[in-house]
Amino acid sequence: MTSTARSSLRAFWAVLGRDVFVTGREMPSFLAQVLVQPVALLFIFGKVLGQLGYTQPGYAQILLPGMIALNSFLVALQNTSFPLVLDFSYSREIEDRLLAPLPITWVAVEKMLFGALRGLFAALLMFPIGLLMLGNVTWDLSGLPFAVLCMVLGSLAGGAVGLTVGAAVPPRRINIMFAVILAPLIFTGASQFPWAQLDQLRWFQVVCAFNPLTYVSEGMRGALLPDVPHMAPWVCVLALLGACAVFGALGMRFFLRRALD
Amino acid sequence: MTAAVEVVDLVKHYPKSAHNAVDGLSFRVPPGEIFGLLGPNGAGKTTTVGILTTRVVLTSGYAAIGGVDVARDPVTARSKVAVVPQRVNLDRSLNVRQNLLFHASYHGIGRTERHALASELLERMGLADKSRARVDDLSGGQAQRLMIARALIHHPEVLFLDEPSTGLDPQARLFVHDRINDLRAEGVTVVLTTHDMKEAEKLSDRVGVVDHGRMLTVDTPAALIKSLPGSGTVDTRIRPNGADRDKLTELLAELPGVRRVEPLSGPATADGTDPEIALRLYVDADPGSLLGPVAAELHEHDVVVSDLSPGSASLEDVFIELTGRDLR
Ligand SMILES: Nc1ncnc2c1ncn2[C@@H]1O[C@H](COP(=O)(O)OP(=O)(O)OP(=O)(O)O)[C@@H](O)[C@H]1O
Ligand SMILES: [Mg+2]
Repeated sequence: MTSTARSSLRAFWAVLGRDVFVTGREMPSFLAQVLVQPVALLFIFGKVLGQLGYTQPGYAQILLPGMIALNSFLVALQNTSFPLVLDFSYSREIEDRLLAPLPITWVAVEKMLFGALRGLFAALLMFPIGLLMLGNVTWDLSGLPFAVLCMVLGSLAGGAVGLTVGAAVPPRRINIMFAVILAPLIFTGASQFPWAQLDQLRWFQVVCAFNPLTYVSEGMRGALLPDVPHMAPWVCVLALLGACAVFGALGMRFFLRRALD
Repeated sequence: MTAAVEVVDLVKHYPKSAHNAVDGLSFRVPPGEIFGLLGPNGAGKTTTVGILTTRVVLTSGYAAIGGVDVARDPVTARSKVAVVPQRVNLDRSLNVRQNLLFHASYHGIGRTERHALASELLERMGLADKSRARVDDLSGGQAQRLMIARALIHHPEVLFLDEPSTGLDPQARLFVHDRINDLRAEGVTVVLTTHDMKEAEKLSDRVGVVDHGRMLTVDTPAALIKSLPGSGTVDTRIRPNGADRDKLTELLAELPGVRRVEPLSGPATADGTDPEIALRLYVDADPGSLLGPVAAELHEHDVVVSDLSPGSASLEDVFIELTGRDLR
């Protein structure tokens, strides 16, 4: 390994270490950020509506894998894009890291990877919470490894989309980001309904197919609840790898454009 | 010997801008030198520093740090430079000491060493009691000193200081000047941009004057001052006793050896009836030899002379002569 590669690698770990350190110190606010929304959704749709009799028994079963998928993808997306928008704002806090001895693209990869790690962490947290809240969960445990693979790929795809969005949205537009980007992603990601059963609502099914989250939800649900109609597993993996590649490349380009004058 | 900084025909064109921000700039800084980059607002100083520290992508030309081409090998170039930017860019998620520690770790400095260096630098920069403060709670001058400490912690070969003393009080300014002189002793190359001519004159081994992205001249401050036509001065403070100021100015300008005469802003008198006026004569000859003729001329017109002192032009005069008086 050349000395440049070695110093770049060392700098990469240091930059990642900085993010881990800052997150560690802000743990309570991080937990609030990642848990309140999915727990509320799970509670209302999985518990309250069920007990009132407005949802069929078994809906909670369908919902839980979707909520885990939602957390992996969306937390990764938010945790990559929001800090990035701030980093590139007036204070240009990221500058010190851009001047570290590593390629600028590696800084972008670090942002994406760290966002994905947070997404993965948030998704893993949903397992015990869901089990506690819903009581009896009947999963096919042999599907667990594939579900975890979907979760990992979903976090990475969320990080990649987050990099693209974070580097493309100017700081003064950050408030519309939630309305026009996050909200649609939450509700077109097949996390509250099985995508394969949407054939009565063809146009909506097509819309959902453009949301990478759909493939995370479908992949996880298919693995854990094989009896529910679902997308073929290989389609999910392929689509998520594609999303990582496309948004990763796009995000990197936007990031470079923002980082260098 | 490889130059610490080498810039050849450097051009930077920002997209959507009518002019080149840097337009064919060339200069060389040998290792260990303190080089002052002067120029009016918008001359292209910060852009040049940005290119040399790899933050700005050059349009054409060549720029190198210690022989490393910044466009081809930015990663190696970044390991050789440090920069104290014109605008505060400290990491606001970290406290004062952590800013130093993480910066050092990005640059591969081991744990024990970076803790020792951080303590030493905080002490040296007078920030020891602020070590746990949030960056947002620092005053402008304290933030500036922290950025200098941060720049020094990874032992750069070349340190870029973009207007290091803007916004500092006289104490802090002297303090920063002393630190820059320490660097000279340590053999660190320093490139410094400033609008403070006294500072440039005091600190720099050589200065380059940039305007509209081009280098107008490069030399030692003393040589630049000497090269100025009319580099000696005679300052005089007079009471015109009714004589017209413009006419007096004209008379003095016609004395042999005097190049031009410019009004200085002197203290205004309270009553306003017969104010003192202060003039500066720029002279080619030895200013001392002109004291007699000037005094005689003024005496002849019944003007009371309250002060007459020889001096020499300053770097500011050179700067104004080269770049004009127009606001940018
Ligand atoms: N990011 C940018 N995009 C477009 N134009 C820019 C950018 N940065 C600087 N410029 C322009 O480039 C020119 C040179 O700017 P620069 O900041 O290098 O000047 P400077 O010599 O540092 O000035 P000052 O003394 O005011 O700091 C100016 O005309 C400025 O408007
Ligand atoms: Mg500037």
